[in-house]
Amino acid sequence: MASEPILTARGLTKRYGRVVALDQADFDLHAGEILGVIGDNGAGKSTLIKALVGAVAPDEGEIKLDGKVVNFRSPSDARGAGIETVFQNLALSPALSISDNLFLGRERRMPGMLGSIFRLLDRQGMQKEARAKMSELGLMTIQNINQPVETLSGGQRQGVAVARAAAFGSRLVIMDEPTAALGVKESRRVLELMKLLKSRGLPIVLISHNMPHVFEVADRIHIHRLGKRHAVVDPKKISMSDAVAIMTGAMAPPEQAKAA
Amino acid sequence: MSTQEFEKTLDKSDQSVASFDREKKSPVEKLQHALHSSQAAVPLIVLVLSIAGFGILVGQKFFSPFALSLILQQVAITGIIGAAQTLVILTAGIDLSVGAIMVLSMIVMGQFTFRYGLPAPVSVLCGFGCGALCGWINGMLVSRMKLPPFIVTLGTWQIYLAANFIYSANETIRSQDIEAQAPLLQFFGGNVHIAGAIITFGVMAMVLLVVLLWYILNYTAWGRHVYAVGDDPDAAELSGVPVPRMLVQVYTISGLICAFAGWVLIGRIGSVSPTAGEFANIESITAVVIGGISLFGGRGSVLGMIFGAMIVGVFSLGLRLYGTDPQWTYLLIGVLIIGAVAIDQWIRKVAG
Repeated sequence: MASEPILTARGLTKRYGRVVALDQADFDLHAGEILGVIGDNGAGKSTLIKALVGAVAPDEGEIKLDGKVVNFRSPSDARGAGIETVFQNLALSPALSISDNLFLGRERRMPGMLGSIFRLLDRQGMQKEARAKMSELGLMTIQNINQPVETLSGGQRQGVAVARAAAFGSRLVIMDEPTAALGVKESRRVLELMKLLKSRGLPIVLISHNMPHVFEVADRIHIHRLGKRHAVVDPKKISMSDAVAIMTGAMAPPEQAKAA
Repeated sequence: MSTQEFEKTLDKSDQSVASFDREKKSPVEKLQHALHSSQAAVPLIVLVLSIAGFGILVGQKFFSPFALSLILQQVAITGIIGAAQTLVILTAGIDLSVGAIMVLSMIVMGQFTFRYGLPAPVSVLCGFGCGALCGWINGMLVSRMKLPPFIVTLGTWQIYLAANFIYSANETIRSQDIEAQAPLLQFFGGNVHIAGAIITFGVMAMVLLVVLLWYILNYTAWGRHVYAVGDDPDAAELSGVPVPRMLVQVYTISGLICAFAGWVLIGRIGSVSPTAGEFANIESITAVVIGGISLFGGRGSVLGMIFGAMIVGVFSLGLRLYGTDPQWTYLLIGVLIIGAVAIDQWIRKVAG
């Protein structure tokens, strides 16, 4: 593939006591692609993602963004570098409003003295932008942007989390099981949204157990097994059942896949 | 637009995605939603009803500017300590050491002036430093050592209280001495008369502090982060809120507010006594709970806390003027606490 890597990792290792969650794992995301990441439960996918975005500090290994070594110490560092993540648990604050959640950790203050001295938040501005972002992405029709997130259904909450990542991700977006809680229609919306972001040139990492979804949108599939990258396959050249066989260890990965 | 076999029929289906329901709600559900969005409404309603009730029951003796301002004077300390407690409880913590920090800081203000002869303003600053340090220790133990707030402050409550008795040698500094040598310490006992009402500077300080906190909690990023931390600390951390740092700041500010309460307490009782404010921690938690602030964190308003403190004040004075056994006050406050939590649970079912 003739595209430069955006995010790469080499030799990531993370141990929790005697459990090795990541064992010399490598990772490559290329410009403008959707990279699927699949793996069994406990293969270390979530730890890999957390290490990439600074939510977990790896014991060893190196992460590069645009060719430069980065050392994220928290998810907000990663966000500052333009990496947005939809975590599996969504990372939303239930009692706060949709608008508050979208801007949590990156609130805007009023211009002038009101903002600098009185620290007054620009609520109107944030609400306006939140509404615009949500409808631009076509994720949901919003009656009240000030509704607390806890009054939304599971699918709606997922919509808020996805919208937050899509709205603010400038370098890449990572989605950990973004369709897990969604119905057929809402899943479709999220998949279309991923294609939209890709067409805008934003690369995406999609972690999912849903093989049809992964095979539909992914350009390459990273198969994670026993804490490391086991193989990288092309979804156009491999069947779902073979991918699952490689993932579970029932089949050895093809030779060129190992090298990739 | 659909690309997978089982999705073929989707194009014909309803295209609205996750829209919000607009169905008619029953009046009870409407009330539930209204209360869910305005967190201080329930305690305010209870407060107005109880003032009206005692106004009818006791009459002019209760429903006068003087009596009502007396209630404010009596709840000033609880209100200020309650403000500190509100901050901590909003982060899903609890601070049992608030009263001990208040008294220890007060002792520092008094003893530094009278034992070491420091100028009163310097002593007051040292008292604030003492309160902030006590709060900071709580915050570090909670956020860095990851100990449960209940256990941490149960321990530091004893420690700060013992430090208070040891350092002060259990001696009270008399009101007359303070008045003669360091009147600044009694500043908050000063008052103004407005149409029969006596408003002390302590009451004004409480009101200003609560308004300030209400502004900070609702209109600044820091305030929103306090709620986010109490609501779901993991989500807050992943959203970029520095949770441990927030906790240290919250407990430190809580300590500072307690020190401030110590200064106001000198004005209220006149003297500097190591045995004052014994029940401040329980009273502040009572105010917070009756004020509709959730002990699980992330929900409630500091305005609710002040209404909660005033409800307790109204019941104490009202029942005393009505001439009942004072135990009825405690009995009714117990009922109020349980009622408040039950209502909180019911309102929270909106999130079902």
